[in-house]
Amino acid sequence: MSQVLVVTSGKGGVGKTTSTAAIGAALAMNGSRVAVVDFDVGLRNLDLVMGAERRVVYDLINVVQGEAKLQQALIRDKRLETLYLLPASQTRDKDALTSEGVARVMDDLRESFDWIVCDSPAGIERGALLAMRHADVAVVVTNPEVSSVRDSDRIIGMLDAKTAKAERGEYMEKHLLLTRYDAARAERGQMLKVEDVLEILSIPLLGIIPESEAVLNASNVGCPVTLTAADSAPARAYIDAARRLEGDVIPMMIPADKRVGFMGKLFGRRAA
Amino acid sequence: MTIFDFFRPTRSAPVARDRLQILLQHERVSAGASDLIAVLREEILEVISRHVEIPAEKVQVKMQRDEAISTLEVEIELPNPIRRRAA
Repeated sequence: MSQVLVVTSGKGGVGKTTSTAAIGAALAMNGSRVAVVDFDVGLRNLDLVMGAERRVVYDLINVVQGEAKLQQALIRDKRLETLYLLPASQTRDKDALTSEGVARVMDDLRESFDWIVCDSPAGIERGALLAMRHADVAVVVTNPEVSSVRDSDRIIGMLDAKTAKAERGEYMEKHLLLTRYDAARAERGQMLKVEDVLEILSIPLLGIIPESEAVLNASNVGCPVTLTAADSAPARAYIDAARRLEGDVIPMMIPADKRVGFMGKLFGRRAA
Repeated sequence: MTIFDFFRPTRSAPVARDRLQILLQHERVSAGASDLIAVLREEILEVISRHVEIPAEKVQVKMQRDEAISTLEVEIELPNPIRRRAA
C-alpha cells in the first residue's frame, strides 16, 4: 500500500528539502519505489539538491493543469532506479495549483509508487496546506531553536485540522525530525535538548540529525547525503529514520562523525 | 567578560525551554477560539455600555501571560459627569 508523506516545518531553512532528498533516497535504497515531489512553486530547489536541475522539462503545475502526463514530468534519478522526482514550477504562480488537481496527481502517484514524499514550502499558506492536504503521515522538521519549535507547534496544529485525513476524523500520524543538532552544545546548556523539544511538541521522535559538514557537501554536489556520504553521521541518522518510517524498530541514537586525527589523515585512506 | 566566563558558558537553553512552554500553552488555547483578548474586550464593553455611554477607544485591555497566572487589565475611561443611559 502506498503512503503519502509530507515533510513540513512552518519555518524556512530548517532542512525540509535536504531531509526530503535524504529520506526519499534512503527509502529507495531499501527497494521501495519512491517519488519525491516539490511543492515549493516559484522557489523550487529539490531538483538542485537531487542534482536533476538540468533535466527538468515539465513540472507539477503542467501535470495538474493537464499540459503534460505524469510520466513525462517524472525525472528518474541517475543513481537509484526506483527514485523519481516531480519538480515544482519555477516560473508559474502558486495559484495555478488547485486542490482537486493536486488530489488527482496524488492518486495517480499512489498507483505507481510505494512512497510519495512531498517537500512542503515554508509558511502556513496555500502551498504548505496543499503539500500536507493528502498526506497519510507527516515528518515535522525542527531545529533546536525557539522560533523553529514555535512554528513546528503551529504546523502540528494545522496537520490535525486542515488535512483530508483530519477532516475525515482520522488520526494524523506525525513524527519529529530534529535537525542541526549539536549534542555537545545541548549538554553544555547552550542548545535545547532532544527531551526539551519532545516535551514541548509531544509528538514521537523519528530521528536526530547531527549538525555536519556532510550535509552542505551533499547539496554542493547535488546528491542526497544518504547516497553521497552514506557513512556520515547525518546519513546514518536519515537511513535509520527511513527504516523507522517503514515500521522497523531501531534504538534511537545520535550518530557522530568520526574524528580523523593527523595520523588518521596520513594513513586513513588505506584503511578506508 | 572575565577570564572565568570563558570556562563557564551561559546556559541559555533552560530559558528557551521555559519561554516556549509558557508561550505555546497560550498559543494552543487561542488557536482554537478566536482571539480571547478581543472577545473579552468586546463583551466587557458591551456590558458596561448597557448602563453607561462610553466611547470604544476609551477602553484599554492588556494581558500579561505567566506560567502560573495571567492577568487581564481593563481600564475604562469614563467621562465626567458619567452619563447614564436612559433605561
